[in-house]
Amino acid sequence: MSEIREYQLVLADGEVFEGEGIGADTIDGVASGEVVFNTVLTGYQEVLTDPSYAGQIITFTYPHIGNYGVTAADDESARPFCRGVVVRELARRHSNWRSEGDLDTFLRRHGVAGIAGIDTRRLTRHIRDAGSMAGAFGSADTAALKARADGEAGTAGGGLVDLVSTKESYVVGEGPRDVVAYDLGVKSTMLRHLGELATVTVVPADTSAADVLALSPDGVLLSNGPGDPEEAGSIVTELPTLLGRVPIFGICLGHQVLSLALGGRTFKMKFGHHGGNVPVQDTRTGRVEITSQNHNFAVEAGSVPNVTETHICLNDGALEGLVANDVPAFSVQYHPEAGPGPHDSRYLFDQFAELMDAHAQAH
Amino acid sequence: MPKRTDIQSILIIGSGPIVIGQACEFDYSGTQACRVLREEGYRVILANSNPATIMTDPDFADATYIEPLDVRVLEKIIERERPDVVLPTLGGQTGLNLAMELVEHGILDRFDVELIGADAEAIATAEDRERFKIAMTEIGLEVARSGVAHDIEESRRVVEEVGLPVIIRPAYILGGRGTAITSTLEEFERAATHGLECSPISEILIEESIAGWKEFELEVMRDKADNCVIICSIENFDPMGVHTGDSITVAPAQTLSDVEYQQMRDASFACIRRVGVETGGSNVQWAVHPDNGRQVIIEMNPRVSRSSALASKATGFPIAKIAAKLAVGYTLDEIPNDITEKTPASFEPSIDYVVTKVPRWAFEKFPGTSGVLGTSMQSVGEVMAIGRTFPESLQKALRSLEQGRYGLNCDPGEALFDGTESDHLLELAATATPDRPFQLEVLLRRGVSIEVIFEATGVDPWFLDQMLIITEERSHLATRSFDSMSRREWRRAKQIGFSDAQLGYLWGHSERAVRDARTAAGVRTTFKTVDTCAAEFEAATPYHYSTYEDTDEVQPGSRERVIILGSGPNRIGQGIEFDYCCVHASFALRAAGYETVMVNCNPETVSTDYDTSDRLYFEPLTLEHVTDIIESEDPLGVIVSLGGQTPLKLADQLPPELVLGTSPASIDVAEDREQWSALCNRLEIPQPAGGTAVEIDQALVITKRIGYPALVRPSYVLGGRAMEIVYDDDHLRRAMAELAGFGSLGKEGGLSAERPVLVDRFLEDATEVDVDAIRDHTGEVVIGAVMEHVEEAGVHSGDSACIIPPVRLSDDTVSVIEDYTRRIAAELDIRGLINVQYAVKANQVFVIEANPRASRTVPFVAKATGVPLAKVASRVMVGATLAELRIEGLLCERVESDHVSIKEAVLPFNRFPDADALLGPEMRSTGEVMGIDLTPGLAFVKAQLAAGTRLPESGRIFLSLADRDKDLGVAAAQIFSQLGFGIVATAGTSAALEDAGIDVDLVVAKLGDHEGVHAVDLIQQGEVQMVVNSPRGRGPRADGAHIRSAAGLANVPLLTTGAAAVAAARGMRDWSHHPLRVRSLQEYHQGTTTDQLSIEWGSS
Repeated sequence: MSEIREYQLVLADGEVFEGEGIGADTIDGVASGEVVFNTVLTGYQEVLTDPSYAGQIITFTYPHIGNYGVTAADDESARPFCRGVVVRELARRHSNWRSEGDLDTFLRRHGVAGIAGIDTRRLTRHIRDAGSMAGAFGSADTAALKARADGEAGTAGGGLVDLVSTKESYVVGEGPRDVVAYDLGVKSTMLRHLGELATVTVVPADTSAADVLALSPDGVLLSNGPGDPEEAGSIVTELPTLLGRVPIFGICLGHQVLSLALGGRTFKMKFGHHGGNVPVQDTRTGRVEITSQNHNFAVEAGSVPNVTETHICLNDGALEGLVANDVPAFSVQYHPEAGPGPHDSRYLFDQFAELMDAHAQAH
Repeated sequence: MPKRTDIQSILIIGSGPIVIGQACEFDYSGTQACRVLREEGYRVILANSNPATIMTDPDFADATYIEPLDVRVLEKIIERERPDVVLPTLGGQTGLNLAMELVEHGILDRFDVELIGADAEAIATAEDRERFKIAMTEIGLEVARSGVAHDIEESRRVVEEVGLPVIIRPAYILGGRGTAITSTLEEFERAATHGLECSPISEILIEESIAGWKEFELEVMRDKADNCVIICSIENFDPMGVHTGDSITVAPAQTLSDVEYQQMRDASFACIRRVGVETGGSNVQWAVHPDNGRQVIIEMNPRVSRSSALASKATGFPIAKIAAKLAVGYTLDEIPNDITEKTPASFEPSIDYVVTKVPRWAFEKFPGTSGVLGTSMQSVGEVMAIGRTFPESLQKALRSLEQGRYGLNCDPGEALFDGTESDHLLELAATATPDRPFQLEVLLRRGVSIEVIFEATGVDPWFLDQMLIITEERSHLATRSFDSMSRREWRRAKQIGFSDAQLGYLWGHSERAVRDARTAAGVRTTFKTVDTCAAEFEAATPYHYSTYEDTDEVQPGSRERVIILGSGPNRIGQGIEFDYCCVHASFALRAAGYETVMVNCNPETVSTDYDTSDRLYFEPLTLEHVTDIIESEDPLGVIVSLGGQTPLKLADQLPPELVLGTSPASIDVAEDREQWSALCNRLEIPQPAGGTAVEIDQALVITKRIGYPALVRPSYVLGGRAMEIVYDDDHLRRAMAELAGFGSLGKEGGLSAERPVLVDRFLEDATEVDVDAIRDHTGEVVIGAVMEHVEEAGVHSGDSACIIPPVRLSDDTVSVIEDYTRRIAAELDIRGLINVQYAVKANQVFVIEANPRASRTVPFVAKATGVPLAKVASRVMVGATLAELRIEGLLCERVESDHVSIKEAVLPFNRFPDADALLGPEMRSTGEVMGIDLTPGLAFVKAQLAAGTRLPESGRIFLSLADRDKDLGVAAAQIFSQLGFGIVATAGTSAALEDAGIDVDLVVAKLGDHEGVHAVDLIQQGEVQMVVNSPRGRGPRADGAHIRSAAGLANVPLLTTGAAAVAAARGMRDWSHHPLRVRSLQEYHQGTTTDQLSIEWGSS
């Protein structure tokens, strides 16, 4: 057994948790970010590699993490963008036929520091009651960690989308249509599903509307991504040019930027939705989907003009989806591609295909 | 979609007696269903033959029929009540099978009754293995290669195609009865023949063996809008090959990646949709190949199951309650999650702890059984434990079993493997037995690699490594001592689940000393909450478990608190009856304004429903955990006398001022032989001569004085554990040696001066009597009932049929018994319940023993007389007087003049074909049923029918009686003869019958004889419709055992005592005169059996 690294996690409001280091070493004894919790029972690798977690420290509420190891097939992006990981118990031995390695080595390889042995339930309850907040962990002393937590911007401010978005365009999938996907922090599972419907050109987040239209796509996907939608960069100002000209499907951050472009408002939630068990109802049919979610921001219900609100979260009434009334565009706050999570909402990709086909026929 | 308004009344079919494979989980589900449907305003009609259940409380349904679960009986109930719908999915396999029979007999059509939850088509698709396989293949799911056979010829053809090894599964069976894995043709022939016999429709499925694969289960719910959710995933510690009811199982699944889990989830939804379960819960079982992840669907239950009960307790999501609401038309999103109150039931629970279920077996009760686990379920109960990690929950579960283990070894019990070489131990561990987890730990401790163990056992390396964490921690702790442990070390040891008792064992100190040192170091237990959502939302429901973390979540209320200690895992001798008592105490005390706190570790029960008490602690019933809860709750007191022997054993270790009801000192007087005898002498109450012994020499001195036969039994056990009647010195020596041996009782503490053996004169042919009574602090005593046993003394009271009111005892004798009971209760200063057992011989009453606690007959008495004894007793324990309770209306008068109630035991011999189906002083029944009617005979026939024995209406009856039973046998045969039955008998019995002027049609030969007809052949050929065979003392197991075994296999009614034969004969006579009638318990309790028959009562 390797040497135990005694760590602390200190939150911005002064709460202290004791644990031990896992994964990569912290830089100068400190890792910091906005602390959020995720309630999935499976899918830790997909969560860790979801670019939407840029700027955040992920707490897993399920105590045993790493049980089935890691495999390249489960990566949602080239590397994790999260700032750290908090677990109760990291598996020292994994067991699964798909596995290519263990989680601890994975974290070390990608430079992700973590802290284990934490009373994650206490931490979760604290965040639930006090709201998500900055925190810092590592081997540094309590005061140093507190100071770092105090100075931590977390997901406030811009730059996160630029950090995670691709620098170059690339093409994935061989589907019959042509889709441009704005990579605001896109997950590979999303592209895989889209790739079955279309040949997908993935473009950087700062691609202009003109450049997109130049590709004459059948549709545009606005992907998920990290942080505050108001800080998501040029996409919000470029979108009005695309609206009405090409069918648009927004997911998560994509849903938020679409809403902003349509004139709506967004806000930061107390602790967000991060998990794979969130009930969402399609208010048009009454059907309930169990959804995979990961968002700290949301679109204010009733704030978006000229849309039909189609989906709500049954837990807290949050707006989860809408369809524009005048232009071919719709969006959902949750993750129909799953990865990790339930597959209940994959029909939305087919709806996107139908929307594109209808639009193509009409024009 | 709102609930249905086109229906007003709902018939719920319960699951009947507790049997292996179908235990009190269906009381839990049925109780929830009854409660919720009544809350919705429906008229609920309940049919269930099991009086020990909560659901059969008259408060839980509008009409409660404690009647045999038989299609003809149900027809009568339907005819009388005319329900709009039948809900068959909450009564286990019994409920489902009966619903199918109702459909097949056209009864539902005739009375225009709809099946809700699952229709006949769905049930048949799920239950009929061939149809299921076709249906699954149709939707693209993989199933094991297989074929169906209806006879042995067809079986041979199928096995040729599928290839050995194969697994044989009979259709329409329960708990895997008759299921077997075979790898040779010879084994196959035998198992196929047996399987065909087990299936009521003589159909078996022969399939590719997937033994050794990983096994998973998903609990699915679906509503009528087709919303589907998974409530819980479960992974089995034991690979495929062990029945899931006999497997250690863990929730949630531990070693499935999300990709695999979602694939399984999608496929489970596809399965429930294809099968066509419209609403409710189902469980889907999967096998996963460890090397390539191939997922094969094993089966699905289109109903609430044992796993659903486990999943409900594991997640806090009440599957049965929700299933009942879905069945009447609600959709998941319309139903609130009552733990969070703010979020709907249409979600999938997330949990932040690990749940481990470990089954409990009773092989020690069935000599001759191998103790090897297989595809047929053999466990009689189970425990569940919750910990933040698997090691913690596993260790808590193992000590919850109450088999003397402190956790995963690190206790005196581990010595069992000291003498076993590792190679041999590895071989032993390759076969699943109850010892396997302990064997695995020893192997790991001896340095055997995880790879080697996995290869031999198929137990997943992740589980083995988690066990290795326990082992390594132990090694570390062994280098420490309790005065050198740092706070961090203490915390780590406790987080891995080590009990103070284990640490005490390791360090050679007392548990108390360890606890003191630990708490001095500042390491105390913390209680967390089961909340369905991993703390994402605030929980309104206080359902807790202990662990060692930073913060505690318990918030005791402001009212006075009473802790009720439950009865732990179901086992033979201690089952659902005690859970009934605990639940009743909670209901009564809540109603009286107390805050009730339940402690139990049995996931099948109503007591561990978070709705039952103000707070629930799902914890092992050990001193350490109970002390932690007492410290957390600061209660008014603790009730130890309602949960059977489990809590009673803790009584003298708890602070005496906290023990509610009868004092620990009085409990000790009743349990301690010397003090008890002195008490009887003081009261001048006769008892059989006897004494106590630790050594054989002492025992021989006693029997010299009192003579044989003698009853030998250990003290402080329940259910007649290891009790024996001995007829001579040699027999006594054997019995004492067995008691002293480690293998049997040793596990439960062994013999010592504190726990000696009781040796008493055995009163042959005496009538045994049980009394349940309550005494309050003013000294008033209320007699609950005097129960007369049908079988004579010597048959354990739990295995004997008993009858209220007594039919053979004179009024004077009953008065004497009542008087003795009052005096004993006064002398013991009882506060609450007392059970006293008597033997009556030649009109003289001897007291056998007194138990200052609830007995297993309490619920039966309550159902028979209408007096809620357990509720009354619990109030008395906190200081109420009987007079006050009478004014309050809780204590009412017994209703007993116009009906007869008989309790009959249900025995699991069909699960243990190698054990002799004989009744004796060691209890072996798993459950009980009740027959109520206007005459003792009719009540007896109903009780038999409810217990699964349909007494014949015509044909031939075979009698073979011990000499002492011949008088009774003659009396019975006379009636059989009058009723037109043919009589077949052995030579000796035949002589006695002919002396009494009874014609014998056929005299059979002894088994060894070459000439003549043998009884076994007659039974096998269906030439005999009932067997009366009473054993001759304790001789070698000769003809009798073969005859009983043949009767068991051929499903021919078997009576093993003369008394039972007489009762049956009278019942058959009454039955032949009077049509079947059913009445609800509510009618009996109101004393308004309006359709009172003008019939003469059976002669008594």
